[in-house]
Amino acid sequence: MSSIPVLSLVIFVPWIGALVLASLPRLGERASRVLALAFSLSTIALAIACLGSFECASTGYQFVERHNWIGALNVHYHLGLDGLSLLLVLLTGLLSPASLLASWRRVRDPRFFGLLFLLLQGAALGVFLALDFFHWFIFWELSLIPAYFLIKLWGGSGAARAAYQFVIYTIGGSAFLLLGFVAIFAATGTLDFVQLASLGADGTLGARLATLGSFWPQAVFLGVFLGFAVKVPLFPFHTWLPPAYAEAPTGVSMFLTGVMSKMGVYGFLRLLWPLFPGPLHAAAVPLLWFALGGAVLGAFAAMRQTDLKRMIAYSSVNHVSYCLLALFAVSAATGRSGLTSEAAAAALSGALLQMFNHGLSAGALFYCAGVLETRAGGRRGLGDFGGVQSAAPVFAGLCGIAMFSSLGLPGLNGFIGEFLIFRGVWGLVPWAAAVACLGLFATAFFLLTFWQRVFHGPRAGAAAGEFADLAGLDLAVLCPPVALMFILGVLPQILTRLFNPLITMWANHLSLP
Amino acid sequence: MSLLPWTIYLSLAGALLALAGGRRSAGTARWVALLTAAGAWILTLLAATRFVPGPGLQTLVDASWIPSMGVRYHLAADGISLTLLVLTGIAATAGVLFSWNIEERTGEFFALFLVLVAGVYGVFLSADALVLFIFYEVAIVPKYFLIANWGSTNREYGAMKLALYSFAGSSMVLAGLLWAYAVGGGHGFGFADLAQATAGLSRHQQIAVFALVFFGFATLAGIFPLHTWAPTGHVAAPTAASMLLAGVVMKLGAYGCLRVALPLSPVGFAYWQAPIAWLAVVGIVYAGLVALMQEDLKFVIGYSSVSHMGFVLLGLAAANLQAVSGAVLQMFSHGVIAGLLFAVVGRMVYDRTHTRKLADLRAMPLYRLLPFAAAVFVVAGVASMGLPGFSGFPAELTILIGAWKRDPAWAAVAALGVLVAAAFTLRAIQLGFFGSKETAQQPAPVGAADHPLQFEPVSAAEKIGALLLIGATVLIGLRPDLLLDWINPALQSPLLQAALKAGTP
Repeated sequence: MSSIPVLSLVIFVPWIGALVLASLPRLGERASRVLALAFSLSTIALAIACLGSFECASTGYQFVERHNWIGALNVHYHLGLDGLSLLLVLLTGLLSPASLLASWRRVRDPRFFGLLFLLLQGAALGVFLALDFFHWFIFWELSLIPAYFLIKLWGGSGAARAAYQFVIYTIGGSAFLLLGFVAIFAATGTLDFVQLASLGADGTLGARLATLGSFWPQAVFLGVFLGFAVKVPLFPFHTWLPPAYAEAPTGVSMFLTGVMSKMGVYGFLRLLWPLFPGPLHAAAVPLLWFALGGAVLGAFAAMRQTDLKRMIAYSSVNHVSYCLLALFAVSAATGRSGLTSEAAAAALSGALLQMFNHGLSAGALFYCAGVLETRAGGRRGLGDFGGVQSAAPVFAGLCGIAMFSSLGLPGLNGFIGEFLIFRGVWGLVPWAAAVACLGLFATAFFLLTFWQRVFHGPRAGAAAGEFADLAGLDLAVLCPPVALMFILGVLPQILTRLFNPLITMWANHLSLP
Repeated sequence: MSLLPWTIYLSLAGALLALAGGRRSAGTARWVALLTAAGAWILTLLAATRFVPGPGLQTLVDASWIPSMGVRYHLAADGISLTLLVLTGIAATAGVLFSWNIEERTGEFFALFLVLVAGVYGVFLSADALVLFIFYEVAIVPKYFLIANWGSTNREYGAMKLALYSFAGSSMVLAGLLWAYAVGGGHGFGFADLAQATAGLSRHQQIAVFALVFFGFATLAGIFPLHTWAPTGHVAAPTAASMLLAGVVMKLGAYGCLRVALPLSPVGFAYWQAPIAWLAVVGIVYAGLVALMQEDLKFVIGYSSVSHMGFVLLGLAAANLQAVSGAVLQMFSHGVIAGLLFAVVGRMVYDRTHTRKLADLRAMPLYRLLPFAAAVFVVAGVASMGLPGFSGFPAELTILIGAWKRDPAWAAVAALGVLVAAAFTLRAIQLGFFGSKETAQQPAPVGAADHPLQFEPVSAAEKIGALLLIGATVLIGLRPDLLLDWINPALQSPLLQAALKAGTP
């Protein structure tokens, strides 16, 4: 369409920033931070520029770039943007600078930190925009390396182990994913997502895979599923998550939970569902139980935590599970007579909103936990604080808003997403909605416990002595997401209009091959 | 193209000059070696620019040599040879750069090194099985002396074991080739002549001939369970020799399997296909698990080479276009990556720290003391894990696709190997380079308490060598078609097609 390769710029400007930082070994600390932040801000700037010419009514890919690349493997350099990608690019654009700001004064060697962070940011953007498995997988895997070093070198005392576990789990999942796509390529001769989606929709993909034996479509589905399930993570593949999120430095935890967990959900929506509508439908009921396990047990596990970062980590398991709950419910109900496309559309738009909302609220909450941790000199236990509200009222206010957004208070953004998911799932698979309610109660319980123990009561623990309220930098991190929580709570259509046509199309074309 | 034979002659001439120059000064020998290695590499690149991919070997020299036996001095190249010739050029050049600090009998060291390189070039260019065999033997002798004289840990044992395995393998090859030659009535050692002669044998005899030649070559490629020479030999070797041994000489074996053994007897291949594939995948996983257990950083790399060569053998065994082209790509890729890994461990780390024990390295930690070495090792490790963006990924991807088409179970077990590779590589990165002082389980190395460890900075020669190899792996990672466009047409040759057809059910 346009002659400027906007999407390539979105992906590669952060990487160019990383190169610039790498080539300036003598750069001062302050200059490194400013430079990293400037490159990181490019994403949101470019995304907003895209918004201007993005046609919301269209359901196809826009700003498409497609060039021949590797003839022998039929690989094309193929990028495209639709409502789903745009939503996630916006989220990445918002969270990345916030994560860098969150690490502003707290990290040693900010040049190297910024370099790795920009690499991570570019890789995440690549995942959301690439439409050919070959380079999509480059981005998908390369995101692990900077994440590994960010956790390991700047994390807490158990970081080395947590980082190793995180990477090994994820690569383990990716090995199955890779094998799945090996089989898909062997069967179809293409790795292009658009072509594969159309082969998946009419059942050709399943039929071709079945030529080796009727067992293989299911096995390939399982391989691809495992890759995404570990990344999200879906219960019971989540055990790497609490240590990784808890040990990572604050800014990195924000990015991991806000953006990287969405890479997995994106994989489910962009690849697993369109490519394998049949096997997903067949597996939907057990998968619903997995998602419910994440939603309910994640919340109960969070309730039992005394470490605030681990608590938020488990609450992330709970929140992301809702997105998958919606998808699995839609898939379970596909093909059933009397299926209402409104319910499916509600569930799916809820899932997309929830992805965005969870990015905002979990990012903000991790930052708040980081604030508490720095003020308390490294302690972050539930019992280490008391009465923070009277010591730092502004902080308490902003953190409270993030918490209430996270537990879904009407008027804030979290409510809309969860409400739509429950409304949709209720219409599709009522029992699942009923079970998932348990998760809602547990979430309310642990977040309110958090609020009471840390912010209420007489000043105690680390807050007993001097406890500074937020400084300008902290406000710069927390205010934009908190403001968005209000805005999106009242005007969710700002986001939904981006992807509504897409959702409508998905909901109206639910069918099994 | 006609320049290619000069790579052999240039390397041999360079060897003589280096020997002579070494009597005057070590510096002369170094520069002679560097210019020779780089010159030969440039010759391969020049030839590559004029190369027109096509099926079959393109003859470069064809002269009668021993008329009574029908032996011809026949050199030829196709896309497969060219890929490996370019690899040899890169590996040899980088090898010289990483041997810049050799002070002891420098002239002899580089002379032997260049003879080894000449032998390797010769093998990749031979179009006559006996000529190929002779070059192959030429390559074995300098290996032994390089390890035994300039090696490190346990060098006599490592050198002896490596030489014995090599000779055992090559005698099997020779026996098989002579059998085929005799059956054919002694007309010649051309690949097509031998294949034609073997076709006259009974099925059982063909199976035996194939086994002799294939497993003879596969020994040198490190096929499980005949791989044990590789880690010990590579660990004992001096850096440049490990780079060349793991990077290129192991490819001689795989190249022999592809060029000589597969076309020799399609019938024999069809019989042995499944056992070879299973040995390959077992080797991938087993060597990876052994690498996970090692306490010596160089042994980790040594076993990882065996694991990666398993992919090459799997690709050959799967015998379809994708798998075999992937195998050749993997030969190139592993040559570059193994060279890089051995360079970091042997030259950048061991020559400075004088230890390769992970426990000692962990206590240093090296990412503060030698940041460049740590960065290069991370890149090389990531590439070695088969992460996309580096040459290992398209290679392993195409092999897996090809293997999947033949038998999904092979691909599934091999994919497990990818996971194991990630585990042992990360472990090596983490323990070897990113430890911390507090995690030391034993007292820090002697003297460390009195004054902080200080190492001489990484030299320019090492930096250039490392960047050269990194550049190669990234380039092929992003543009594997550069090589695949050479390799794929070469696989259309009638000889290879017959072999591939035999391996397709």
